[in-house]
Amino acid sequence: MPGPQPLEQPKVMPATLVRTSPILRASVGEIPDHIFRFAMLACGVAVLGVLVLIVYELVLRSSLSWHAFGLKFFIGQDWNPVNEQFGALPFVYGTLVSSLLALIIAVPLSVGVAVFTTEMCPRALRAPLSFFVELLAAIPSVIYGLWAIFVLVPLLTRYVQPVLSRTLGWTKLFEGPSFGYSMLAAGIILAIMIVPIISSITREVLMVVPQHQREAALALGATRWEMIRIGVLRNARAGIVGAIILGLGRALGETMAVTMVIGNRPEIARSLLAPGYTMASVLANEFSEATGNVYLSALIEIGLALFLVTIVVNALARLLVWSVTRGQPARGHA
Amino acid sequence: MPERATTVQHSVPAISWRRRITDHVMTGVAVLTVLIVLVPLVAIFGYLVYRGFGSINWAFLTQTPKPVGEAGGGMANAIVGSGLILGLASILGVPLGVGAGIYLAEYGRNRFGNVIRFTADVLNGVPSIVIGIVAYSIVVLYQKHFSALAGGVALAIMMIPTITRTTEEMLLLVPQALREASYGLGVPRWRTTLSITLPTATSGVITGIMLAFARVAGETAPLLFTAFGNQYWNLRTDQPTAALPLQIFTYAISPYDEWHRQAWAGALVLIVLIVTAVSAVRVAVRRGTFGVT
Repeated sequence: MPGPQPLEQPKVMPATLVRTSPILRASVGEIPDHIFRFAMLACGVAVLGVLVLIVYELVLRSSLSWHAFGLKFFIGQDWNPVNEQFGALPFVYGTLVSSLLALIIAVPLSVGVAVFTTEMCPRALRAPLSFFVELLAAIPSVIYGLWAIFVLVPLLTRYVQPVLSRTLGWTKLFEGPSFGYSMLAAGIILAIMIVPIISSITREVLMVVPQHQREAALALGATRWEMIRIGVLRNARAGIVGAIILGLGRALGETMAVTMVIGNRPEIARSLLAPGYTMASVLANEFSEATGNVYLSALIEIGLALFLVTIVVNALARLLVWSVTRGQPARGHA
Repeated sequence: MPERATTVQHSVPAISWRRRITDHVMTGVAVLTVLIVLVPLVAIFGYLVYRGFGSINWAFLTQTPKPVGEAGGGMANAIVGSGLILGLASILGVPLGVGAGIYLAEYGRNRFGNVIRFTADVLNGVPSIVIGIVAYSIVVLYQKHFSALAGGVALAIMMIPTITRTTEEMLLLVPQALREASYGLGVPRWRTTLSITLPTATSGVITGIMLAFARVAGETAPLLFTAFGNQYWNLRTDQPTAALPLQIFTYAISPYDEWHRQAWAGALVLIVLIVTAVSAVRVAVRRGTFGVT
């Protein structure tokens, strides 16, 4: 009976083929689509994975220091690798003070530049001006540091700091001998470095302020400055604050230029003319030479703290900028 | 805007003396801020060109460093080392970044897409030194020594967010009609993305890649304890490798005049490299399909 069986099977097969083929063919045709979609999704997930990996590694490798010192790590002032005493307060202080100093110098300048380029300057000057300011952002940190060592620091030592300590010495903020390598030098170089980021994002935010806000202010008889103040700056407030915080985020994590001019001394001094140390610079200087697990772990804990602070600062800034530019094609270079 | 402002001012005589002065003063202040910001730019570039051109020579570009105290020598190994590290970073970072950008533009109009978008923005703000620590603990600790690969991994992590976000932006600029025309011809979605959408946005995507490249080319902090530096030639990915920014840093903080000279020459080479990359992008984009950046 081998004959009928092969005859029967062909009879059945066409029937099933007819019934299932549209689905079958469609799903076969979609397989490359699924593969491609999956591959692209994998790339997207990888971006997320990188962030998770950063957190995981930092937490894992700093746990030794966390268990040894706990919260005291951030209020201790004594940093002594030889005795395995690790207090990170001088670095936290240095990071905060140098960044705030940078903001104090950079914010008025950046907002001024942004207002000038969007509201005041002749159209022809707009593109070259923003190009030049953005060129500042393209200079690597190490070159800022190099320039600061050979130009800024001597300038400060010779001309600026003596004048400051003579005139403002009574505030105790500018007293003591002028080394040049100081918190002040770090603040100034940081300010130069964060001006491009604050001003370009402020510009972006100012550009999405609706034109009719300006026209309304002018129609009410406002001068140009009043129009800018009432019609533009007030509407862009949240976004400008976002831009400033984004600049702060950059300043907090900046490493090389600061390391090269701040003097690298783990002490808390009230005077801005005294050397200091920041969280990022202690990592740059000591990480590759750290001997012993506790030492390395303490340094990584500083890295973790720096990471968490910048994450919070950046997330806050993004939300603020988004709240202003949301729904708008926020493309600063247009 | 300005013309309009002046006509209003002239036709309304009621603007008080004080308000007009304030207006002029504030304009003056804005101009002043621009000048103050441009001073360091001019000072840095001027001094860099002045010191750099005075120090650069053929030996600098072709020789390895001489021992301390000996004149001459150069940074040839660091220039090549930088190339090696940046090459590794691009191999790792570009496909991932572009892929994630494609995902966000073509499939990411949802909550998960927003999560990734936000992650990329946050990743962009992570201090480079912290990324150095991570590359150290995921590569150096396993290899047991510093290596070009570790440096490449660190820089790749820094390239990804920029590439992802610009790729997404550029793909979104491609008209939807183009995709629909392709679907209408029966071309599957993946083929449409790879052969229609991506090529249309090429100039923009390349812009993103070059911007990311320019950004990491000058990075020093993440290389300090990954690539580490090397006085000699090295072309192996698992060995410590010299890099231009690292060498500039080491020489800048050294007490030797000869090394300071070389640091300036190195800085000039580095900045020329970066400015060339950025301007190449500007030219390429201007000639590209759309004039958007």
